[in-house]
Amino acid sequence: MLRTVSAGVTGLIFGTGIALSGMANPAKVLNFFDVAGQWDPSLALVMVAALIVAFTGYRLVLRRSAPLFEAKFHLPTSRRIDVPLVAGSAVFGIGWGLSGFCPGGAIPALGLGEISAWAFIGAMLVGILAARTVRIALQQRALQSA
Amino acid sequence: MTEFTPVLSLTGGALIGLAAVLLMATHGRIAGMTGILTGLMPPVSADWAWRAAFVAGAIVAPILVLQLTDTVIAFDSPVPMPWVMISGLIVGVGVYFGSGCTSGHGVCGMARLSPRSIVATLTFLSTAIITVFLVRHVLGGF
Repeated sequence: MLRTVSAGVTGLIFGTGIALSGMANPAKVLNFFDVAGQWDPSLALVMVAALIVAFTGYRLVLRRSAPLFEAKFHLPTSRRIDVPLVAGSAVFGIGWGLSGFCPGGAIPALGLGEISAWAFIGAMLVGILAARTVRIALQQRALQSA
Repeated sequence: MTEFTPVLSLTGGALIGLAAVLLMATHGRIAGMTGILTGLMPPVSADWAWRAAFVAGAIVAPILVLQLTDTVIAFDSPVPMPWVMISGLIVGVGVYFGSGCTSGHGVCGMARLSPRSIVATLTFLSTAIITVFLVRHVLGGF
């Protein structure tokens, strides 16, 4: 119970940060990308502030042997720069640049009651499920032919 | 036009960083929205409860900010709805194969100096800037 409440409060802090920073506002995100036009540099400051806090905080936290509620830290272990990482990230950037919505920005925008945010998140979940189905099918085909 | 908002953006960014540190300190997890959401989709991950709570907190946050502080959260989606949905599909496929988005790679992974996240972040920022340039200045769109 305590761990679920704790995650809820952490999500609340995350969503508040997204909402105040302007990351939930697609027009602001698009203007941040529009370096040749109506450039709004605000979102660079979001990243700088988030990175300073996270970099410093992670150094303190990861010195401990385990997190508060779990036996160990769940850190990504892969270090390979592979095709899915680069191609997937390139595709994500194209989608982000088309609408100004990204997953972390659109989730708090749902709370604003904006229909466009709901449409984006709905389509995005379909995209994630489709991608996962394709990956699983490819893996099974590789196993069968092996 | 959107106004330059240095104080709000620095404050908001610091809160995003704080949430990342808290989730690591308590659950030992990366505060990446893609990874958190993916675990909530079928087959639902066994540890769905903290994921659902985090997402619910993030959705409720702007409502609380508005109610408690009278701060108006600016929102404007200038892109026509069909393009928003196409963009959603593209983003979903991209973040799944790319293993993360702005929060997971751009904040948490970069803060860990992960080479994968640094490459991912530089890649998606580049293609987003190129996309906006093409849409606005070459094709003359929204």
